[in-house]
Amino acid sequence: MSTSVALIGGCALLTAAIKGVGPVALGGRELPDWFSSLVVLLAPALLAALVVTQALADGDRLAVGPDTAGVAAGGVVAFKTGSIIACVVVAAALTTGLRAL
Amino acid sequence: MAVTESPTAPPDAPPTFWDGVRAGVPFAIAGGLLAMSFGVLADTAGLSPLAAIVMSAIVYAGSAQFAAIAIVAGGGGVGAALAAAALMNSRFLAMGAALGPSLPGNAASRAAQGQTVVDASWVLASRGDGTFDRNLLFGSSAIQYVTWVSGTVIGALGGGVLGDPEQLGLDAIYPAFFLALLVSEARGGRPLGVAALGAAIALALVPVAPAGVPVLGASLAALVGLTRSARADARRKAEER
Repeated sequence: MSTSVALIGGCALLTAAIKGVGPVALGGRELPDWFSSLVVLLAPALLAALVVTQALADGDRLAVGPDTAGVAAGGVVAFKTGSIIACVVVAAALTTGLRAL
Repeated sequence: MAVTESPTAPPDAPPTFWDGVRAGVPFAIAGGLLAMSFGVLADTAGLSPLAAIVMSAIVYAGSAQFAAIAIVAGGGGVGAALAAAALMNSRFLAMGAALGPSLPGNAASRAAQGQTVVDASWVLASRGDGTFDRNLLFGSSAIQYVTWVSGTVIGALGGGVLGDPEQLGLDAIYPAFFLALLVSEARGGRPLGVAALGAAIALALVPVAPAGVPVLGASLAALVGLTRSARADARRKAEER
């Protein structure tokens, strides 16, 4: 039980600290134009990194599997329909189907 | 993003908290499915159903939670699990810094408001000009919190019925969720070159850096994109002269 408490308590404190640091450090002030431009570019960079590290990597190895194909198909659906739900449902369903083969 | 306008409000009315809730619903549904798989997998790390639910309720950071339990389930210690969780969360440093100037109040208040940042709420709240709408942030985060915790409850208590999350393809939901966000960004005309560079940096770092660092490292793509657009602007101005 003590392991669980340390894990959960530690995780909660670390997450709260990390989420709080940015707004405290840079809040309440006007920042230069270049900062706004940087922020706009940050989202596609981080999102793309999250996608590929989840869909194309397994731990510290690069790996292509049924989930990669599922995610790619979900991406096509998201592009065609704009629906997030359809995207994740297709991704999960195709991944399941390929694993069942 | 297109979600800043409610179908019921006049086009120029600023978004309300409930507009944020509505915008967050699709992400909340996907997040709920993800939370179910977290609830099931937490058992493999020796967490009781109650512990898994408490973790989702007080941590509320999916990637960090998955990273932490994966390390403990693999025989790693709490210290290693916390380090992995911190690295997975490191992108919130960049997101929080970006958000900071849009948050009013003193330091404690801004730190508290920063707790509502999750990936989807941060993207939904972005006005596209470097500033963020707090109502969209809070509303979309609130609905995602509700399904994150309730999904964990279902997964933790009903794990035996649900079966193996991997067989159900639940591991594809997380990246698909981010891809859907990325596609909506791209539809808004955001630079795909920066996304491609971010992906390339992350993939290059995967074999050599601990989990979480590749995603933070991808922030460099935004810096590169900024430098390139500044050069292009300078060239355009020089040609105009």
